[in-house]
Amino acid sequence: MDSPGVITQAALDVDRVRQDFPILHEQVYGIDLVYLDNAATTQKPRTVIEAVTNYYSVGNANVHRAVHRLSQVATEAYEGARVKVQRLINAADSREIVWLRGVTEGINLIANGLSAQFKPGDEIVVSNMEHHSNIVPWQMLCQRTGAVLRVIPIDESGQLEMDRFEELLGPRTKLVSVVHVSNALGTVNPVKRIVDLAHERGIPVVIDGAQCVQHYPVDVQELDCEFYAISGHKMYAPTGIGALYGKADWLERLPPYQGGGDMILSVSFEGTTYNEIPFKFEAGTPHIAGAIGMGAAVDYLLSLGLENIASYEHDLLEYATEQALQIPGLQIVGTADKKSSVLSFTIDRVHPHDIGTILDQQGIAIRTGHHCAQPVMDRYQIPATARISLCFYNTRQEIDAAFAALRKVQEVFS
Amino acid sequence: MMSQLDELYQEVILDHNKSPRNFGALDSANLQAEGHNPLCGDKVKVFIEIQKGLIRNVTFQGAGCAISTASASLMTESLKGKTVQEARKLMDSFHDLVTGQDEESYSCEIGKLAVFEGVKKYPVRVKCATLAWHTLQAALNQDKAPVTTE
Ligand SMILES: Cc1ncc(COP(=O)(O)O)c(C=O)c1O
Repeated sequence: MDSPGVITQAALDVDRVRQDFPILHEQVYGIDLVYLDNAATTQKPRTVIEAVTNYYSVGNANVHRAVHRLSQVATEAYEGARVKVQRLINAADSREIVWLRGVTEGINLIANGLSAQFKPGDEIVVSNMEHHSNIVPWQMLCQRTGAVLRVIPIDESGQLEMDRFEELLGPRTKLVSVVHVSNALGTVNPVKRIVDLAHERGIPVVIDGAQCVQHYPVDVQELDCEFYAISGHKMYAPTGIGALYGKADWLERLPPYQGGGDMILSVSFEGTTYNEIPFKFEAGTPHIAGAIGMGAAVDYLLSLGLENIASYEHDLLEYATEQALQIPGLQIVGTADKKSSVLSFTIDRVHPHDIGTILDQQGIAIRTGHHCAQPVMDRYQIPATARISLCFYNTRQEIDAAFAALRKVQEVFS
Repeated sequence: MMSQLDELYQEVILDHNKSPRNFGALDSANLQAEGHNPLCGDKVKVFIEIQKGLIRNVTFQGAGCAISTASASLMTESLKGKTVQEARKLMDSFHDLVTGQDEESYSCEIGKLAVFEGVKKYPVRVKCATLAWHTLQAALNQDKAPVTTE
């Protein structure tokens, strides 16, 4: 089929990509690992592992503190990584990138910082498909302030009911906080439209980007959201590091999150002057190695190209979906028109937990449970789902292996 | 690889999963409790009818994985006619069995429940196997608060 001069080859060479990930060549129970739990956390490419090791081996020092050479090297690497994250999501300024532990901490920071502006009866709008980390911090805020949480419903396919969203926006709405891509369903939400509708009424918007930046190009300036939270470990970077984007004027208005070193300009017992953004929010010695690793992960993603990644993963999802439709008794949970490479499903008469164990015995790692999104499970009136979540280092052969194993599950429970 | 799985999903377990015994609410119950395993979303309710320290009847309700459903089902079968003290002993033995303690340490006859021995190779599944038993214990202690295995 290939004719000379025409490039028919996929832009992403999966065999080469797999060489970049040491763990993909490991075995479990003496069988080659098939890792299909990428929405929980992604594996790390060698460049990320080396960036972390390299920092500890030759560049370890505290940042922003000392005049000595190593501290300067560490500070440059750490601040350089911030600029990389800035570029990944196209923030206007690196001061708008706050290093944190991840999305959970990002949302907690916002919820704490905004608390004082909420009065009893004020409303926060989230959706029915939020991760618990975009529910609980707001519930805590509601408990403190008397504010009320309102929920955008989702339809049977797992898409937000946008009409209902518009109806929810009213004079009492003070904030909208929604997930960009659902970890439980794979739905890619129309966040641009959500921001526009909220902004028409002067309402700020927080976006949980935990499941998005590793799959699609994101441009926070174009989205125009006030906040955008991401987690390093879901985008091929270490655990314990993440970033919160906030528009500079919003970050400036927010009070500090924690008090301590690095977040101050001067301290005396009479009072303290806080540091500028983003340092105002970065109390204490940060996860320097993690930040540097996250910078390396950004480089890695950009070297593959997010457009290439998205198109490769889209093909994988289509392939997996076709296979799933051929399994009798399998129901896909989440069939939105626009979906990331997540396949959540149930199988008649087999509990997801049993599916997970049987696949695990064949070296196949998937996630089973409620995926920290219990309201989604309640919406579909199921206790749990099994979830295959794919990414650019997965192959069709791995998907075949998973579906062969699922047939085995049905045999056991026939 | 599959043999270890067969050990976990023994015929008896698969059978009790498919057709659980003593399933449903029990009108004559004078003790009951609810248990929850947040890891897999399993929920179970255990109903006990006790007369003069003797367990006359036990039933359960709920949705769960094969291990937890079969465990609840076999538990109800093994408890009828036992004293509360015997039931507690059996629970200890069952716990030892699924967590892989020495056989000598079983405080009493485990009988049919031995089919759950395979669980000891799957530490993450121990909670599934013991959910009904924890709930039983809560009922016997007349705890009103739902128990969890977390
Ligand atoms: C959609 C979504 N939001 C938030 C989170 C929380 O991320 P983290 O645990 O890294 O803070 C996750 C990860 O589980 C997620 O999938």
